[in-house]
Amino acid sequence: MLNVHKLEVAYGGINAVKGIDLTVGRGELVALIGANGAGKTSTLKALCGLLKPKAGRIDYDGSEVTGKPAYHLVRRGLAMVPEGRGMFPRLTVAENLAMGAYIHTDAAAVARDFERAYALFPRLAERRTQLAGTLSGGEQQMLAISRALMCRPRLLLLDEPSMGLAPLMVQKIFEIVRTVAAEGVTMLLVEQNAKLALETCNRGYVMESGTIVLADAAKALLSSPQVRHAYLGE
Amino acid sequence: MIVAGNHPLRWTAWVAVALLLLAAPFLVEAVLGRAWVRIADVALLFIMLALGLNIVVGFAGLLDLGYIAFFAVGAYSYALLASPQFAVHWPFLVLLPLGAAAAALFGILLGGPTLRLRGDYLAIVTLGFGEIIRVFLNNLNRPVNITNGPQGITLIDPLQVGGFSLAQTHSVAGLTFSPVHNYYFVFLACAVLSIVISLRLENSRIGRAWVAIRDDELAASAMGINTRNIKLLAFAMGATFGGVAGGLFASFQGFVSPESFHLIDSIMVLCMVVLGGMGNVAGVVLGAVLLTALPEALRYIGPLQQRWIGEVLVDPSDLRMLLFGLALVLMMLFRPSGIWPARRRTAVPAAAGAVEKSRATR
Repeated sequence: MLNVHKLEVAYGGINAVKGIDLTVGRGELVALIGANGAGKTSTLKALCGLLKPKAGRIDYDGSEVTGKPAYHLVRRGLAMVPEGRGMFPRLTVAENLAMGAYIHTDAAAVARDFERAYALFPRLAERRTQLAGTLSGGEQQMLAISRALMCRPRLLLLDEPSMGLAPLMVQKIFEIVRTVAAEGVTMLLVEQNAKLALETCNRGYVMESGTIVLADAAKALLSSPQVRHAYLGE
Repeated sequence: MIVAGNHPLRWTAWVAVALLLLAAPFLVEAVLGRAWVRIADVALLFIMLALGLNIVVGFAGLLDLGYIAFFAVGAYSYALLASPQFAVHWPFLVLLPLGAAAAALFGILLGGPTLRLRGDYLAIVTLGFGEIIRVFLNNLNRPVNITNGPQGITLIDPLQVGGFSLAQTHSVAGLTFSPVHNYYFVFLACAVLSIVISLRLENSRIGRAWVAIRDDELAASAMGINTRNIKLLAFAMGATFGGVAGGLFASFQGFVSPESFHLIDSIMVLCMVVLGGMGNVAGVVLGAVLLTALPEALRYIGPLQQRWIGEVLVDPSDLRMLLFGLALVLMMLFRPSGIWPARRRTAVPAAAGAVEKSRATR
């Protein structure tokens, strides 16, 4: 579904991503793990069109999308949950969800999406008229994920969903990730919490200073001594 | 939010407000004199301007310090094509949309190069833009005389349909409609239309997209919003209001010169928006009315001194700006989000700042 070939991303003169290859198959749940500054977020931003890659090629759903703007990709079913959740704090919960459905104009279908979102997160239903900025961190993450689902993505890119959350909430968010995956949404998950990410996903990539150093099934990575040493603190 | 419900009481209230607005010029003339009818006309123009700027600053969060330039574009579009300057006299029904379109074009011209700018950087560029327009108007009299330079353009046609001119006094059913009365009703209609458009925009898909871009541009584009076009739309829509108001202003005054479009005028409109309640249509209208009326009311300080103290101690024109400035400072101290704040802005939560901070460390 997603094929990345020799992708390079640069800020000014600094190369953040130095020619990586990556694939995500239909229905897969893939993790991209690595330390702070490894280039994970830059990769994700390039994939969803928020950054123009310096070199390389990105294919999505059978055609090349390298350098295509984000609003174009969203219309083709490639959505992203940005790092730090990217709330619209001055809009209400319901309005945030409506923004997620920005590209859809069929009112009846959007109404069904709303119901699905509220069924998935009853907490959001309770707070639908509340300003998003007044939600707790975990609730904001729930809102960010359900907002991304409102555009009916076929490939969802998740950037650090566990960032800044209490351990209990992290567990909950990952449960949600599994639920969404079970609904048939393909996902690429960027995480610093390597253990949880690898336990949740089918496959994983390990990124280090702009390159991919390991790529394997998630189970294999979990037992790899290299990963255990560098990311699991053993 | 003002929404007309089905409640009969509410309808009665709306009808009462409408009747009051229609009767206002006559009441004002009877109580305060004809000068105040003219001030009411100007206030209505400023309502249109402030609502236009509110789209850019209040809804989309783009700080524009050169907004009066669009007013100037609208005013000069009208003035040049309906005056002896080029000896053309096009009808206003053509000229007002033309002025609006010209202003929208200039809005896009300003918005295009500044798409990546925000906050203070954008403010500086827009400030420069406003001055450029004014300086151009001031100097486009050589080598070919287009704008007549600092002398401005005189003898601009009033609004007229067939033989019915708004610049003449008419008598209908025992009521005398002087030009200021005539223009009041035209401006009132335009101001009401501006209010309706603003309210509709605020709660539309586009209105929400503007707020989303203001809150988090990156996340907004991840929602599928074409941030470039939506921002340009904000500039163009805001400018359109200014362009129409400018055309009306030119016909009302019969005279335009670059003197009317200084930086202080941009600041004045911005004050109306900020003081009234950025992003809230009702607040912005209130701000425009107050800030038009207040400086005029302060003119009475001279005569009052004369009456109470027996002599004029302080020149009223000096004191006027001093009191006006003081009022602004006090307002911002005690009601920083405006007299009538927008719902969306009242609770800018602390958590939002924390999220932004964490985003900054990419």
